[in-house]
Amino acid sequence: MLFHLELMGIGPEGWGGVMLSALAMTVAVAASGFALGMVIGVLAAAARLSRFRPLNFIAEAYCTVFRGIPDLLVIYLFYFGGSSLIAVVAQAMAVDGFVGGPTFALGAGAIGTVSGAYQMQVFRGAYQALPRGEIEAGRAIGMRPFMVFRRIIAPQAARYAIQGLGNVWQLALKESALISIVGLVELMRQAYIGASSTRLPFTFYVTAGILYLAVTFVSGLLFRYAEKRAMRGVRSALQS
Amino acid sequence: MIDTGFLADTTMRLLGGLPLTLQLVALSILAGTALGYVLAIMRLSGWLPSSIASAYIFVFRGTPLLVQLFIIYYGLSQFEGLRHSFVWPYLRQAYWCAVLALALNTAAYSSEIIRGGLLSVSAGEVEAGRAIGMTRFTLYRRIVLPLAIRQLLPAYSNEVILMVKSTSLASTITMMEITGISAKIISSTFRPVEVFICAGAIYLMLNFLIARGFDLLERQLSPADTTRPNKHRIQGDIIA
Repeated sequence: MLFHLELMGIGPEGWGGVMLSALAMTVAVAASGFALGMVIGVLAAAARLSRFRPLNFIAEAYCTVFRGIPDLLVIYLFYFGGSSLIAVVAQAMAVDGFVGGPTFALGAGAIGTVSGAYQMQVFRGAYQALPRGEIEAGRAIGMRPFMVFRRIIAPQAARYAIQGLGNVWQLALKESALISIVGLVELMRQAYIGASSTRLPFTFYVTAGILYLAVTFVSGLLFRYAEKRAMRGVRSALQS
Repeated sequence: MIDTGFLADTTMRLLGGLPLTLQLVALSILAGTALGYVLAIMRLSGWLPSSIASAYIFVFRGTPLLVQLFIIYYGLSQFEGLRHSFVWPYLRQAYWCAVLALALNTAAYSSEIIRGGLLSVSAGEVEAGRAIGMTRFTLYRRIVLPLAIRQLLPAYSNEVILMVKSTSLASTITMMEITGISAKIISSTFRPVEVFICAGAIYLMLNFLIARGFDLLERQLSPADTTRPNKHRIQGDIIA
């Protein structure tokens, strides 16, 4: 235990500093992916709820595909697909040699695409939880669709979405560990580097696990707090 | 434009990984369900077993599966004693490490599902069983489990589909299942999109079949189907 603290200490001899900055990278890539997923999720939910049939179909297909296929496969698609696109561009611009893809952007793109499929369902459910009358009332007093969305739908749907979004965030965070496979130096990759240079794999992977656990725990608390705050004044038959 | 020869060839090669994927799913689901059942019973017992089970669930749901897999596959070799013990011939193999990690992981998720199922059995039915003098074992076998299983099937089918997706992580520890083969083909042909389409189609088909299978099972176990309502019920009630 004492040895562990010394090894993971912060300072020139310890790995604590690099592990913590790798944790920051993990949170950054997961949060970027999650934010991208939110944009995709809102658009996909709008498409799913629209009266235009082809859009329904596209949204449904997107959701089925990205929820049904392993995340790792999606990451490979983004990484290798992105890299070969970049290689084509590089060749056109006469850059020689191997050009690696930007792992952060491609990783966040992969997380965002998968996360968007889950968030679409969350937003759709939240929208459907709204009382129809309020939207009709908005229309009746002459609001345009965008204003109805901004003033009536978005603020209220947001509160119903918080719990679901909390779950999707946890998924995004755990998915970010897979980005290490394509070389982004986030927590898992840093643990791998530490494990191979010290030959203490257990110590490093357990430390990574504890750090992940800390983030999931704290973000769980934050989401619960946010939900409680957002639900102020909402009457519920099932008071918990 | 579309190279059907390559698609067909790739699909055939990927199907070679299907047996391994199925094995990993089947073994980890079997072991994970057994452990999940024990955890669910612990959660419903006194404070000590309940808090041990809660801690287990918290840790395994709060950390990425990749971390758990790496701790087992790479981490355990750090312990000299373990390397000389009788379990080492198993833990040295990627196959058993993958099964163990997947089983431990799914146990945490499925224990919550099983607990929900057990809690959904109404007190009246359990009391009725007791009233006619059933022993605890008979009560579980004839009343609690059949009712709980029917209740938890939809949630359980989601968990099985998640496991199918999770087996892809086994490729990170050298297992050549569907995703492992995909990665190999991608890196030798640089055609990520086509390979993704083939592998994705296999996973989607597999998940579709699992979902259908659970649907049928659920219908099988629900004698009073909503589509042909009440005939059974009403007669039963009159006789009673």
